[in-house]
Amino acid sequence: MKVTFPHMGNAWIVIQTLFESLNIEVVVPPQNSKQTLTLGSKLAPEAACLPLKLNLGNYIEAVREGADTIVITGGIGPCRFGYYGEIERQILREAGYHFDVVTLEPPDGSLRGLAQRIRYLAGKKNSWASILKALRFAYLKCVALDQVEDMIHAARPRLSDSHETERLYEEGKNRLAQAMTVKGIRDSVCSIRQSLRDHQMAGIKNADKFHKPLRIGIIGEIYTILDPFTSVGIEAELGRLGVEVDRSIYLSGWVGNHIFQGLAPGYRSIRSYPSHAKPFLSHFVGGHGQETVGAAVKFAREGFDGIIQIFPLSCMPEIVAASVLPRVQETYQVPIMTLIVDEHTGHAGIQTRLEAFVDLLERPSLKGISETSREGVSLVGER
Amino acid sequence: MLGNDNYYLGADVGSVSTNLVLLSEKNEVALTLYLRTQGRPMQTIQEGIKVLRSKIGKSAKIIGVGTTGSARQLAATLLGADVIKNEITAHAVAASRVNPSVQTILEIGGQDSKIIILRDGVVSDFAMNTVCAAGTGSFLDQQAARLGIPIEEFGHLALEAASPVKIAGRCSVFAESDMIHKQQLGHALPDILAGLCQAMVRNYLNNVGKNKDIRGPIFFQGGVAANPGIRKAFEEELGQPIIVPEHFGVMGALGAAYLAQEKVGRQSELRTRFRGLQLGDIQFNARSFECSGCANRCEVVEILQEGSILARWGDRCGKWANAVGKGTYKGKSQEGEQQGA
Repeated sequence: MKVTFPHMGNAWIVIQTLFESLNIEVVVPPQNSKQTLTLGSKLAPEAACLPLKLNLGNYIEAVREGADTIVITGGIGPCRFGYYGEIERQILREAGYHFDVVTLEPPDGSLRGLAQRIRYLAGKKNSWASILKALRFAYLKCVALDQVEDMIHAARPRLSDSHETERLYEEGKNRLAQAMTVKGIRDSVCSIRQSLRDHQMAGIKNADKFHKPLRIGIIGEIYTILDPFTSVGIEAELGRLGVEVDRSIYLSGWVGNHIFQGLAPGYRSIRSYPSHAKPFLSHFVGGHGQETVGAAVKFAREGFDGIIQIFPLSCMPEIVAASVLPRVQETYQVPIMTLIVDEHTGHAGIQTRLEAFVDLLERPSLKGISETSREGVSLVGER
Repeated sequence: MLGNDNYYLGADVGSVSTNLVLLSEKNEVALTLYLRTQGRPMQTIQEGIKVLRSKIGKSAKIIGVGTTGSARQLAATLLGADVIKNEITAHAVAASRVNPSVQTILEIGGQDSKIIILRDGVVSDFAMNTVCAAGTGSFLDQQAARLGIPIEEFGHLALEAASPVKIAGRCSVFAESDMIHKQQLGHALPDILAGLCQAMVRNYLNNVGKNKDIRGPIFFQGGVAANPGIRKAFEEELGQPIIVPEHFGVMGALGAAYLAQEKVGRQSELRTRFRGLQLGDIQFNARSFECSGCANRCEVVEILQEGSILARWGDRCGKWANAVGKGTYKGKSQEGEQQGA
């Protein structure tokens, strides 16, 4: 058995760790790319949402490295993602790829079904104790990865060299991917924090004071916001425009809530979102529609300057959320922009919207402040 | 022939048109230039500069440059811009300079349409058409061509309509087949054109203008504002007068010129980065390559002036863009590898 899985941002690091610590052979597909999308789009129904197309592309790229088993998480409720495991299996079979597909989900909400599937993957050689230990270790790594990602969110608008920041991020991810002990994970996080600090201090000497960046909360469909290829690198782009971003959902928060049924909170637990959403959207609408609304409310209450919702074309739960968001915008007087991504989303269109949105947000803080040095985002809406 | 004053240059290089505006130091629009981009933005900009040069006095000076439009970065590189701005901010700045009380801007251009909401002269909300280009200038162009009427007459004919027909406006493909159907039934041309105007306006308000608080005074700008049929349809649908500003077709470029004026004018010691009017005669080239440094596989564009690299963009990480002028990553490299200093 050679296991592969679909990409979703940094998730591969966690999944690889989990399987490797159980001595299961794992194939990490090449990172999402135009090639992946081209391969996937050929097989997927035209009207399917972007994640399905990318998933299929990932599997086909993994076949080339000998993968024969797919592991995917499932879901419940009116979001197509819940059926992707099964749909993908059928599409692949019709295209001549014979994969064994294991959907990790708690069927009917029971952890027992989940346990059976984990047991199937882990084989007889692993005891439950070692499985639990591996899960815990992967989970710790997941939380650490989210911490590092959030540090990068904060570092992007503050460090002067964007290329250097992305390099530090890559380095951090590599270190975490290779960490084999809990101490190794902790040390990696500490060392990344330290090198980010060093870079910031070096930068401050030149600029002689801190500047307070704008803060934008990113909300929306989980795959899109977690996967930078899908979101057209919106977080890095906003960082370059001098914005600190935060996100409604981090990987470990979702894993904790979705797969472990809330037994582990993860980084930025998503548990409080439904209650935040209540005055605007009081019930489950599938996917993370309600969480999106709740996160918007939470970001607004925390004083974020703006909020950007992002989802793949035709994503129903997010469309529901998008139609509720204008009321959140009105109630809290916080600008909210919706971006929809699809196969052909060019970077230029997104860039224009992001720049204009940042211009819009910078307006109040610019009054009475002299010119900032950043090209392209200064002089906002002044008269 | 214009005088020998100092001017601010605004350039709006879009998919369909390239507009240049000269703004005098006294805030007067001295010259507007409208050129078709025709997929060759670099040549069009150079052509524009040549025309400009022939029209202004010998000792006239360009003291600030602003660029906007989808090719704003390219234009900025060629011209040497002091300000690079997105279209939304540029349009908003121009409109609020023309009339500080304006609260809504409807803008329909060649390939995109947008709505901008202003309060107290600053942008408070905006939207652009998302995945679909239905109801933009290009579609009107196509339909006018199909019906064999010049686009300039389109709107005037629509105004003659006695009873506009209903046309599906959701999608340009549906609209076209609906129009053909109505033609075959024998409806008069003006009625069909007026129906198309109404469909476009409905589509715009339902998509771009959705959930927006549209309050007067309302400005209508962009190339399509030249069409009185669309203007009338907007007035009927919104129940408010629509103001088309004098320079409606070049508001983006005008906004860029104002922004250049703000930037350069405020810092008296700051000198423009404008590369001079002779740039119409310089040889520029563009080329691109795919970087294989990571899975993003960015398509990097290089702009060359007589063989040396002027600028690069397209790379998400900034590896190539940041390296220009630093001596690293010099020259084109198919493998995305460093080729020495």
